[in-house]
Amino acid sequence: MCAQEVASLIVGMHAPDGFLDPSVTATMAIVAAVVLGKALRASEVELGERCVPLAGVCAAFVFAAQMVNFPVASGTTGHLLGGALAAILLGPWVGSLVVAIVVVVQALVFADGGLTALGYNTVNMAIVPAFAGWALFRVFRRLFPCNTSGVVSASALAAGVSVVLSAMAFSLQWLFGATAPVAFDTVFGAMVGVHMLIGVGEAVITGLVVAAVMASRPDLVIGAADLSPIQLAEEPRIANRTFAIGAVLVALVLAMVVSQFAASDPDGLERIAEDTGFATTADNQLFADGLFADYATRGLDNAGLSLAVAGSTGVLLTLTVGWGMASAQRRLRPAPSIQP
Amino acid sequence: MTSPTAFGHQHLHVHGTSPIHRLAPEAKLLGLLGFVITVAVTPRQWLITFAIDATVLLGVFVVARLKARLVLGRLAAILPFVAFAFLFPFVGDGETTSVLGFSLSTDGLWASWNVLAKATLGAAASILVTATTPIPELLAGLSRLRVPAAVVAIIGFMFRYLDLMVDEFGRMRRAMAARAYNPRWLWQSRPVASSAGALFVRTYERGERVHDAMAARGFAGAMPTLSEASATRSDWLLAAVPSLAAVAGLTIVGLT
Amino acid sequence: MSAAIAVEDLAFTYPGEHHPVFDGLNVTIEGGERVALLGPNGSGKTTLALHLNGLLRAQRGRIVASGLILSDDTLAEIRRRVGLVFQDPNDQLFMHRVRDDVAFGPANLGLDDTEIARRVDQALDNVGAAQLADQAPHHLSGGERRRAAVASVLSMNPEILVLDEPTSGIDPLGRHELADLLTSLPQTQLVVTHDLPFALATCARALVLDEGKIVVDLKTEALLDDSDLLARHRLALPFGYHS
Repeated sequence: MCAQEVASLIVGMHAPDGFLDPSVTATMAIVAAVVLGKALRASEVELGERCVPLAGVCAAFVFAAQMVNFPVASGTTGHLLGGALAAILLGPWVGSLVVAIVVVVQALVFADGGLTALGYNTVNMAIVPAFAGWALFRVFRRLFPCNTSGVVSASALAAGVSVVLSAMAFSLQWLFGATAPVAFDTVFGAMVGVHMLIGVGEAVITGLVVAAVMASRPDLVIGAADLSPIQLAEEPRIANRTFAIGAVLVALVLAMVVSQFAASDPDGLERIAEDTGFATTADNQLFADGLFADYATRGLDNAGLSLAVAGSTGVLLTLTVGWGMASAQRRLRPAPSIQP
Repeated sequence: MTSPTAFGHQHLHVHGTSPIHRLAPEAKLLGLLGFVITVAVTPRQWLITFAIDATVLLGVFVVARLKARLVLGRLAAILPFVAFAFLFPFVGDGETTSVLGFSLSTDGLWASWNVLAKATLGAAASILVTATTPIPELLAGLSRLRVPAAVVAIIGFMFRYLDLMVDEFGRMRRAMAARAYNPRWLWQSRPVASSAGALFVRTYERGERVHDAMAARGFAGAMPTLSEASATRSDWLLAAVPSLAAVAGLTIVGLT
Repeated sequence: MSAAIAVEDLAFTYPGEHHPVFDGLNVTIEGGERVALLGPNGSGKTTLALHLNGLLRAQRGRIVASGLILSDDTLAEIRRRVGLVFQDPNDQLFMHRVRDDVAFGPANLGLDDTEIARRVDQALDNVGAAQLADQAPHHLSGGERRRAAVASVLSMNPEILVLDEPTSGIDPLGRHELADLLTSLPQTQLVVTHDLPFALATCARALVLDEGKIVVDLKTEALLDDSDLLARHRLALPFGYHS
């Protein structure tokens, strides 16, 4: 299935100009601007006057880390997205700010992703992974023992799932702002399926990077700030291969469930829709492919299933990101100064 | 990994003295934004408007005396990003047409065209601005457009240390390759990830040292703003030309 | 009272560590002196340098720099008077043009644009780097980068210069040029270094810091002649070097 192979490019990289319609594009730009404004102020509170140089070099780190190739399978390679990793290491506010800066610079200077797509690219690649990643990390931390292995496992799982949530966020934006006659179900199935696999890589690499930082400077992992020296001293015991194989199995099971979900709806790939209203209305209206145009209803057309998937995705995303922000708010306090 | 410094920002700017190079950066940035937004809201079937946009942009490229090879080379970088859009005709719903024996969705074809046209115009306009504006000027332009000083400063720091960081990753890769590390599977990624972790620690420590070096010279939280000459009225007017032409293109087609 | 720097009974332990770096350190440097601060790795040389302009604060004892006792009230003025040149110029040159880095300190002092420009030109001129003003720091050689870093501190008109490992990452010729530069500057200087010939070329007096104490305070020549003393503090001249 070709669609699934390239769907990864959207969240994995950057959507170009013209991918979503103007109204969703504008809405996402406003959301991104508001959240980042808040993240900037929060970062300045957390890091104090160190904010600018630290966020700057960390952004350079994320940018460079995204260019590093990791082995995936039989010589093929992938790269880190880093949203959840940044949140776990730097906290969700600084983390989302840093990754957002990377996304902005990539669009502005390297023409990676369109300038007008910046709003939703920032939401999908920085805000959702950082805050949802942070929320999931907090939840998983409670399920795992309070030691280094627990932190590493929670980081890995949170990073993996956060990538899938990003894919879901994009699918939802597609539901409201599609510019092509591809149904929500198709996009959702392809995006989520592919990103489950990408998520496995993200999980393994994030876990390993966090483990490496924990080994030398555990104090730099904000998500592990509550560990005592004794808990830190417990030897992490994670066998790479077991961990990776386990993650792949989980992802495969999930992918099968989702593809069942998508396949049970025959409308997805093969159906030739009767609805050709759009092509005619789009001709002379500037905002024809907008929020209330045919596509929004087309997605919902496919009966109860789309509605259920879209609805539950929306609820899931909102809850996770919202909870991430709420818990980020709670831990918002001035950092202890290094200058006593 | 490609040659490390190939990503470095010093290669983005193409030295020149054209009127486009000399235009105030804030005017260029605002002109760029106006142009890409106008392009983005253009309905996809308004081919004449797109033709006008492309012609104007081409004109600016000629005035800027940028080499076609360089521009096309950089433009090729968007191909992976638009690849997804090429699937629309195959997976799209709706009326179909037959092209070379394939039954393709008409609406899907239009959707592909939409993304391709807008992404190409948008990226070409960005390339034009980055190729004619050095990074320090770009930053000055952002700050004169009232982008929060902290954001501009963070972007500045990011650029300053990007090459350093990419070089460090490159060295780490070579050091591992020198010891015959040639990973093929995901579970063999621990060495790469561990060095990335070590590099994060070094990065954070560098951030702290840079802050120390700033504090040692009297920095107390606010970046000093160095006032420089800003855009003149003719700069603004000149930079607005492509956007105005694009808006005119919209209006002409809209009225007819 | 003519001492440019007086460190009196300084005690300091890094947060989270048990072993103190200093527990009663005393150092005095007279105005106009150039003093080399030598010592093995981990002896506290950089920690001392960071104390001299208030980046680290004494937990006991006090620092007096050009007549001012270091405190919250005098911090800003001491940072102006004591210029700190960091070990890695990449930490110090964080802007995109050398000129902007050299202007950073004066701009923080709230000077007006013409005065800033004057100071920048003067500082770059002093280090023989006027032609580097519009270069990007990452395009410079090790030696040029070091001189630009010195200029970024000189532009604040400091009375005292503290240089941390100034010869690291510089080629042999650059090292000679740097020695010439330092001896031409009028400021009181404390040169933290491992490089004994460089210390000899630039500083008449040498201090050896070991385990948080000044264990040697001699003429640089006399110290370099005493190979037993050097060896006791993990210091050694380069191979084949006889002073």
